Amino acid sequence: MSAQSPGSREPQLANYDRDFLLKLYAQILLIRRFEEQVKFLFLEGTMPGTIHQCHGQEATAVGVCTALNKDDFITSTFRGHGHALAKGLTPREMLDELFGAATGCCKGKGGSMHMGNMEKGMIPGIAIVAGGIPLAAGMALAFKMRKTSQVVACFFGDGAVAEGAFHEGLNMAAIWNLPVLFVCENNLYGASTRIDKVMKNIKISDRAAGYGFRGETVDGNDLLAVYEAARRAVGECRAGHGPVLLELLTYRRTGHSRRDACHYQSRDERDAWFSNDPIERFVQTLLTRSDIAQIDLDRVEAQVDHEVSDAVQQARRAPQPATNDLLRDVYA
Amino acid sequence: MKRQGIAESLRDAIAEEMERDSTVFCIGEDIAVPGGWGGAFTVTLGLEDRFPDRMINTPIAELGFFGVAIGAALMGMRPIVDVQYGDFLFLASDQIVNNAAKMRYMSGGDCKVPLVVRVPVGATGRGSQHAQNMERYFIGVPGLKAVAVSNAYDAKGILKSAVRDDNPVMIFEHKLLYGSKGARAESGAVDATSDIPEEEFTVPLDKAVIRREGSDVTILSWLLMAHFSMFAAKTLAGDSIHAEVIDVRSLSPIDYETIGPSVQKTGHVVIVEEGPKTGGVSAEIAAGLLERFGEYLQAPILRVASPDVPVPFSPVLENAYRPDSRRIAEAVRGLLS
Repeated sequence: MSAQSPGSREPQLANYDRDFLLKLYAQILLIRRFEEQVKFLFLEGTMPGTIHQCHGQEATAVGVCTALNKDDFITSTFRGHGHALAKGLTPREMLDELFGAATGCCKGKGGSMHMGNMEKGMIPGIAIVAGGIPLAAGMALAFKMRKTSQVVACFFGDGAVAEGAFHEGLNMAAIWNLPVLFVCENNLYGASTRIDKVMKNIKISDRAAGYGFRGETVDGNDLLAVYEAARRAVGECRAGHGPVLLELLTYRRTGHSRRDACHYQSRDERDAWFSNDPIERFVQTLLTRSDIAQIDLDRVEAQVDHEVSDAVQQARRAPQPATNDLLRDVYA
Repeated sequence: MKRQGIAESLRDAIAEEMERDSTVFCIGEDIAVPGGWGGAFTVTLGLEDRFPDRMINTPIAELGFFGVAIGAALMGMRPIVDVQYGDFLFLASDQIVNNAAKMRYMSGGDCKVPLVVRVPVGATGRGSQHAQNMERYFIGVPGLKAVAVSNAYDAKGILKSAVRDDNPVMIFEHKLLYGSKGARAESGAVDATSDIPEEEFTVPLDKAVIRREGSDVTILSWLLMAHFSMFAAKTLAGDSIHAEVIDVRSLSPIDYETIGPSVQKTGHVVIVEEGPKTGGVSAEIAAGLLERFGEYLQAPILRVASPDVPVPFSPVLENAYRPDSRRIAEAVRGLLS
């Protein structure tokens, strides 16, 4: 576990609607199952490219995106499958994209690291660390200039905090009071390098004060805590009091990218975080409700499994691009 | 009709486009400051009075404000970015090359980035880091368009076309061409004024233009070198050498439809470029001409460019660095002899 301690605002479970909770469960489970399938397909050798997966970090994506409206936007990174699913991209359009198919969300030209869908409120993933942070500020500037009530949630990892783009983007969002929710998924590692080797003050939410806005550290593996923190922050942004920096403490259970066996993570650390799994914790929480039983969760699980395996079957047969598509869509 | 320099015609073009389309806005350093400069070269001077909400003055943070502009463009705005000195583009290159240029392609055509970047370039007594001709670094980036404006008429018409284009367009402007009179006049400035019609006009982004017709040699150049090439052509005419001078103007894509027939006619080509010879725009044009019109060439293509050194400060050295009309004329004579 991290030495940091998240803010302590206990979510009040009783306030939640049963169907809403089951929908959250379906979403967080969908991301886990999707990532498991992708890993299998990759190891099986049928899927091209490389992958950066988010096993263990599912609660951050679902908690934040659930606090957004459909016409709000997100920016994501090379580790974006969870964000995309949580923002409403379908497993089908994403798996097709992972197979490089013409029917993928980017017609096979983006791949794992650049998934997006403008209609669903997600620009293509930005695979340059921190590259999406100034973009998010600019998207929010557009919303502010046009006087819409939209907000941007900008996902990035702890590694991005060392980049100049982080500083420049947060500063501009601050001076113009832009409606951006900066979401730092602090999973303790930038690729293989642990945060305490590259950062003196590892409480990332402290950075917000330096720019003159509010920052908050939240238990990123507590789905409802993430959701409530994001909802508060989104509300502030919509009211013209943005930006806000949320630091979500979480852990990557899988390698940085393909074939990374994570030998740089200590056994003790892994054990501690594996027993702090966001999905298992949410299940335990749900089962304390008198109106939710294991059979309800089983039903959700069956639906999710069906949705993912159906998408996999179709993606395996999805049409590949024609080679003359190579020259299309360079210019608008 | 009125006589204007490039700074004034760009300012009018920006104002007219902002008037026409409420999504157009300006963003950059030291713009919209009351009592300030209107950007480093006065181009946006006073526009904040007319468009107070659409002139965004930024911190000194090129990577950041380029990203901001691109993000706004992705959401349907049409930013015009002012970069002060072209040399600062290296700070912004990640956003320009990895995001602005690629976003449309890697999204499979789902997004567009209608972005205009105004880039002052050229060696002007400021030493090595406020001097480079940056166009060479961007012509080979798929997804970007690159144009170079050498007079006030083109500047106005091209800026308007760029604002209306749905792609990222980089407009290269030369610091010695903004205006040879007034507050921002530079030592060595060249008159690039034009008669500007009252009525609306645009200039296409992808077309070269023949500035002077001739039959003996084709001189290709842009920005300041387009003017020096015209001076050289005048000198050469005294020796009965008839040079055809083409302002390449569109650096990406290169307009071979206009250049090609000239090469077929003269069989001799001199390309003039301010900036180091190695890896420059002229290398690309030379290769492109060889592939397309090699059989018409009666002599090897000649390049007149700066030597492969950083831009020096001393005026003596800077003048030796930058090609001038004398060197251009000498090269032409050498080629034809």
